Amino acid sequence: MDPAFPVPYLPKAAYDEMVDETGQVRRPYRDYANWLDAQDPELLRAKRLEADSAFRRVGITFAVYGDEAGTERVIPFDLIPRILEAAEWQRLQAGLRQRVTALNRFLFDVYHDHEIIKAGIVPAEHVFLNPQYRPEMQGVNVPGDVYCHVAGIDLVRTGAGQFHVLEDNLRVPSGVSYLLENRKMMMRLLPEAFAALPVAPVEHFPDLLLQSLHAVAPEGVSDPVVAVLTPGMYNSAYFEHAFLAQQMGVELVEGQDLFIQNNTVYMHTTSGPRQVDVLYRRIDDDFLDPLSFRADSVLGVPGLLSVYRAGRVAIANAVGTGIADDKATYMYVPDMIRFYLGEEPLLPNVHVWRCSRPDELSYVLAHLPELVVKEVHSSGGYGMLIGPQASQAELELFRQRLLARPGNYIAQPTLALSTVPTYADSAIVPRHVDLRPYVLVGKEVAMVPGGLCRVALREGSLIVNSSQGGGTKDTWVLKS
Amino acid sequence: MLSRTADSLYWMARYIERAENTARLLDVNRQLLLMPQTAAALDHNRRSVLEIFELTVRFFTVYEELTPRNVLEFMARDPANPSSIYACLHAARENARAIRGSLTTEVWEAFNDTWLELHRQIDDDVLHTNPNAFFDWVKWRSHLMRGVIDGTMLRDKGYAFLGLGAYLERADNTARLLDVGFYGRPRHAGDPAAPALMQDFYHWSSLLHSVSGFETYRKVYRDVVTPSRVVELLVLNRDMPRSLLSAVDAVNQCLLKATEGAAAEITHRASRLRTEVEDAREGNVLDTGLHDFLTNFLMGINELGDRISRKFLVPVV
Repeated sequence: MDPAFPVPYLPKAAYDEMVDETGQVRRPYRDYANWLDAQDPELLRAKRLEADSAFRRVGITFAVYGDEAGTERVIPFDLIPRILEAAEWQRLQAGLRQRVTALNRFLFDVYHDHEIIKAGIVPAEHVFLNPQYRPEMQGVNVPGDVYCHVAGIDLVRTGAGQFHVLEDNLRVPSGVSYLLENRKMMMRLLPEAFAALPVAPVEHFPDLLLQSLHAVAPEGVSDPVVAVLTPGMYNSAYFEHAFLAQQMGVELVEGQDLFIQNNTVYMHTTSGPRQVDVLYRRIDDDFLDPLSFRADSVLGVPGLLSVYRAGRVAIANAVGTGIADDKATYMYVPDMIRFYLGEEPLLPNVHVWRCSRPDELSYVLAHLPELVVKEVHSSGGYGMLIGPQASQAELELFRQRLLARPGNYIAQPTLALSTVPTYADSAIVPRHVDLRPYVLVGKEVAMVPGGLCRVALREGSLIVNSSQGGGTKDTWVLKS
Repeated sequence: MLSRTADSLYWMARYIERAENTARLLDVNRQLLLMPQTAAALDHNRRSVLEIFELTVRFFTVYEELTPRNVLEFMARDPANPSSIYACLHAARENARAIRGSLTTEVWEAFNDTWLELHRQIDDDVLHTNPNAFFDWVKWRSHLMRGVIDGTMLRDKGYAFLGLGAYLERADNTARLLDVGFYGRPRHAGDPAAPALMQDFYHWSSLLHSVSGFETYRKVYRDVVTPSRVVELLVLNRDMPRSLLSAVDAVNQCLLKATEGAAAEITHRASRLRTEVEDAREGNVLDTGLHDFLTNFLMGINELGDRISRKFLVPVV
């Protein structure tokens, strides 16, 4: 007989990944439920407190923009893992590989021969009038034709086996350090759980990342010098930049540490200048090179783009990937997969209404209280409307914004995101989650099992972003 | 190694050393103020802490009255005073954070945890009700951070830059302490080599205590405390870890490793500074003018620090 969930727990309207409608524990969670049942609740409470102080001591923090300068916060961490079966993950993995491969083909195409535009699949104006399109990159060849070396694909689930892609993050996706630190924390707090369940390891991510970066070094460089380029310690993701550089054993540099001479990138070291071959940059395109992009940027390196265009330094992710993760590009991805790969998409999109089209805009305006409205170029959960949870005033505000600048918005149905049991004070309650696997592209496509699971900690909330009160969970992919 | 990384290593070590020395000084000063003494001596002792750091003027722009409480506020937890313990531990932690990827996890956690714990230490009024406990805490945190660095960091160039920062700061601080201690020493006629009078004993012993040197003095000399031996111990004893000679020795060693011999002018300057300290053995520094000697020494240390910054680190703009 299936074990019942050990504590009173009532999943609500959405699909709960652990407990079914009859209160029985679903298959992936059975061993975990047995393990949890055998634990002392007081001990688990103590472990939760320990986790919070450990994250603070280790300084796994992020800065929230708009708060007092330099404020650091810890992302709330939930002790109950999200669990996926091996077969579920293999399906996701195949879909992710397919999608990121097609997106890289699209980027190559956009910056070369525009086949997909000529074929009438993506409209020319969508590409060439898009601020994310970088004319500087037209005709530039990048090593291995790889543009997006690190992708973070946001997946949501609405039912058994029903995963959808919510968003592609192809510029400087962040969060992978939390994935790794969450695992470290779980192994430290609950080592016995890992003895009880066959959890697939994720700790080799930095090695895979370094391999991918080595693979895209400029031609003729055999032992490339890699560096992580950060905007500096006041950036919200600074911890992650330092973490990845340390884990890969490469230098963490700021723009001020680099200079250009003889068409070569150097860093200032105590032994004089040292050449840099591959930059894993965590700075947006706009700030990379004040000579080419924003002149007021003090974060970048003057002249970097010309060295890059000459193929004398590799930059990951490539300049100009924003054109492929624009929220308006998103809806063309299934067609890209068909066009470039001749395959049917394995991971479906969520339906999109383009507010730039009058018929679709009028549908959106008529159904505003049911829909999610997003700004086309924004990210991080800022500037979006969740219809079912919005006040009359917020709905009215968005109605006016939509009418004023329809092209700036898309709308999607409000999905009933799946829930996973989560601690709230001393009770265990259902909370909505998403999943961001990180896909690496070098010579081949690689990823570690699972991804960063983000959880909306407020009851009923669908926004999982850390800047909007979200937390994280460890994701366990069980080995078959 | 990145110049900016070397710079942060150098400064994080300097700031920890400075925080520790400030705590030592405040601790000893507080004990001195409890001794029976003349009004003039009391006033002098209150001022001496500020004078060591050349902060008297700055102090009076913030506070009207020279009270122990105000001095403690100013030197322990005033974030606007760049020499306060608070500001030093903050700067040490910010430098560590800027290069956390170049530190071992334990070193980073020791610095970060010190910073987090500092808020608990000074948030309530413990600083004033039990200042000793706070000073002890600062000293122990410094021991901890130094120990974690010693026990976990790779002995590469970065380690040498950490050492450079720590020993330059220590040389600077001990010299300042001596200068103020002797500048304000009890002015009796008499032979500095003679045993200190009872009322002066506290002055010299407190100076020794401030560098954890009292037991050392007893062990080295097995004799009464005399001013000239105090100077000898704190300037010339190579085995005394906080003496000028010991600190300058260490600076020279770190410099060789940090520069790999690539900066002849700087290493030459450092070894000359060492010779000058040793030369003090010949002439009786106490007779010829300790103040002048220490002033020269401090200038030498500052100049050396400045040149190291310009050559290897991120120059102070």
